[in-house]
Amino acid sequence: MSNKEWPLWEVFIRSKQGLNHKHVGSLRAPDATLALDNARDVYTRRSEGISIWVVESNYIHASDPSDADSFFEPSDTKVYRHPTFYDVPDGIKHM
Amino acid sequence: MKNEALYNYVLHLGDDSLILGQRLGEWCGHGPILEEDIAMTNISLDLIGQAMSLLDYAGEIDGQGKDHDALAFLRFEHEYRNVLLLEQPNGDFANTMMRQFLFDAFRKPLYEQLVASKDVQISAIAEKSLKETKYHLKHSSEWIIRLGDGTEESHNRVQNALDHLWRYTDELFSESDLDQSLVDAGIVPSMSEIKIQWAETVRSVLEEATLMIPTNNWQFEGGRRGVHSEHLGFLLADLQYMQRAYPNMTW
Amino acid sequence: MKPMDLQELEKRFQEKIDKEIKIEPNDWMPDEYRKTLIRQISQHAHSEIVGMLPEGNWITRAPNLRRKAVLLAKVQDEAGHGLYLYSSVETLGADREETIDDLHSGKAKYSSIFNYPAVTWADIGTIGWLVDGAAIMNQVALCRCSYGPYARGMVKICKEESFHQRQGFESLVTLCNGTPTQKAMAQDAMNRFWWPALMMFGPSDDESPNSAQSMKWKIKRFSNDELRQSFVDATVPQAEILGLTIPDPNLKWNEETGHYDFSPINWDEFWQVVNGNGPCNKERIEARTKAKEEGMWVREAAMAYAEKRALKKTA
Ligand SMILES: [Fe+2]
Ligand SMILES: [Fe+2]
Ligand SMILES: [Fe+2]
Repeated sequence: MSNKEWPLWEVFIRSKQGLNHKHVGSLRAPDATLALDNARDVYTRRSEGISIWVVESNYIHASDPSDADSFFEPSDTKVYRHPTFYDVPDGIKHM
Repeated sequence: MKNEALYNYVLHLGDDSLILGQRLGEWCGHGPILEEDIAMTNISLDLIGQAMSLLDYAGEIDGQGKDHDALAFLRFEHEYRNVLLLEQPNGDFANTMMRQFLFDAFRKPLYEQLVASKDVQISAIAEKSLKETKYHLKHSSEWIIRLGDGTEESHNRVQNALDHLWRYTDELFSESDLDQSLVDAGIVPSMSEIKIQWAETVRSVLEEATLMIPTNNWQFEGGRRGVHSEHLGFLLADLQYMQRAYPNMTW
Repeated sequence: MKPMDLQELEKRFQEKIDKEIKIEPNDWMPDEYRKTLIRQISQHAHSEIVGMLPEGNWITRAPNLRRKAVLLAKVQDEAGHGLYLYSSVETLGADREETIDDLHSGKAKYSSIFNYPAVTWADIGTIGWLVDGAAIMNQVALCRCSYGPYARGMVKICKEESFHQRQGFESLVTLCNGTPTQKAMAQDAMNRFWWPALMMFGPSDDESPNSAQSMKWKIKRFSNDELRQSFVDATVPQAEILGLTIPDPNLKWNEETGHYDFSPINWDEFWQVVNGNGPCNKERIEARTKAKEEGMWVREAAMAYAEKRALKKTA
């Protein structure tokens, strides 16, 4: 007999067609099917969604906040990736 | 009264939803895990919503100005038309889920047929309720399978629940002479068709759940005629308490 | 780079807090900050769940189907709130079921208000109006808490709470405009719930030792007394609209302070109830313990089934 607790699942919801699934919280469930049922009952009681993803929390890998400097700051200096970096002559529209 | 047959039929649909919704409401705050507490109250809310629409319509057919509350709270016990299955106490989670499953497996094909009813109001209520019921059946089936094929304890509990509740299942399909006139008029389906679909759902889910259909087939009935088990009186004592203790007030 | 020493880490942590940068689960945080949050959020979660019981006991007796559906939906929301909050506790490395066991063993506390009985239907309206009203006052302030998952949970909860207080008030409006029996029922509920509702904000500032640190960490934004005063100021006019008398002979508007004055709170009663001697402490904990124990075989069954299925898949 198993004495283990139900695993934790992260819940992602698409609130309407055309938008990304967004993380909304977590819950406990024994398997994916019931995780989806539970997510529906816990997180969409007020028509908050039209599609649900659940992922067992164990399978989520996160970047390490203590690496944040080396992970993210290098991109801060690559200003040339943004359109505002470039001058466009006055007469040109819609570029 | 315009149409006694239709009134009776809609009343029994409404009472089935009402009584099961009331029973499920008892679980609120006491579920086996928070997630399931929320799931059961969701089902209860759907059923109470159905009861409101159905009893309002029954009142309309009756033509005496009774709304869903007058019908839900101010009838005597023998005037309720729900099946015996639904007034049975919750018992443990296995018993609650088995009662739910046996009913959902019946309600889904019934609503599917009622969508095609020649009575536009019944058809509209059935269409909305069918969506809810499909989910109820999915959820209760999933639980029956997990409990049946889970641990030895859960298997025994849910098998016991099945053995106990089986005796109330034939009544789901009972048809009165009055009902027959509605069948002939294309307003409600014949129960024989519903029973075939019910039996197939029950067979396949119970098989996956490794559960045995009881061989003792002694059946009880009476609810549809207003002859109830001892349990309904207590349920009504709760349900009607406020309306009986404080008559003629608005809440 | 050499590892930062604790002082430096703490300094950087406080700088983030001062700059209103939210703290997220994997960020470094002082142990005390983590402990304080675990205690506070799990207490809050327990309160939502225990809070289901007094109202839940009226679901089967609600006077009409609309009120029954509203009450069911409301109490169900509280289960959801508990769940969101347990989720935030888990981001801090605490385990939901262990924190629940602490509740059942008496180690963890919950809001003392839920140890008072709900004995009439008017109590249901009154709980929605006063108890959810007081909870909202607290929770709106917590939407800006420095800990991200808690703050986000609070935003979601506050959105859902707004209907709780309204449905309660609406129910009381109906009673107060109803028969004399109904009005008396409402006044009686008010008499019993007013003081416990004021106690919900917790001990006075001078009696609440952890408050200063919590304010510095921006877990709390307002003191207990500030929130209590805002609640009184907001509620008195509502009681007037209902035509209910607040059970406090000293309650009066103070021109100078721009606030209502009110009598001192009976803190002796508060501590008695917190420490287990309220009218329903025993029943509440028994009901929750029973639900967990009786649900054990269900949770085990579902887990056993999932494991069997997983094995079949890999086999
Ligand atoms: Fe609350
Ligand atoms: Fe809440
Ligand atoms: Fe609430």
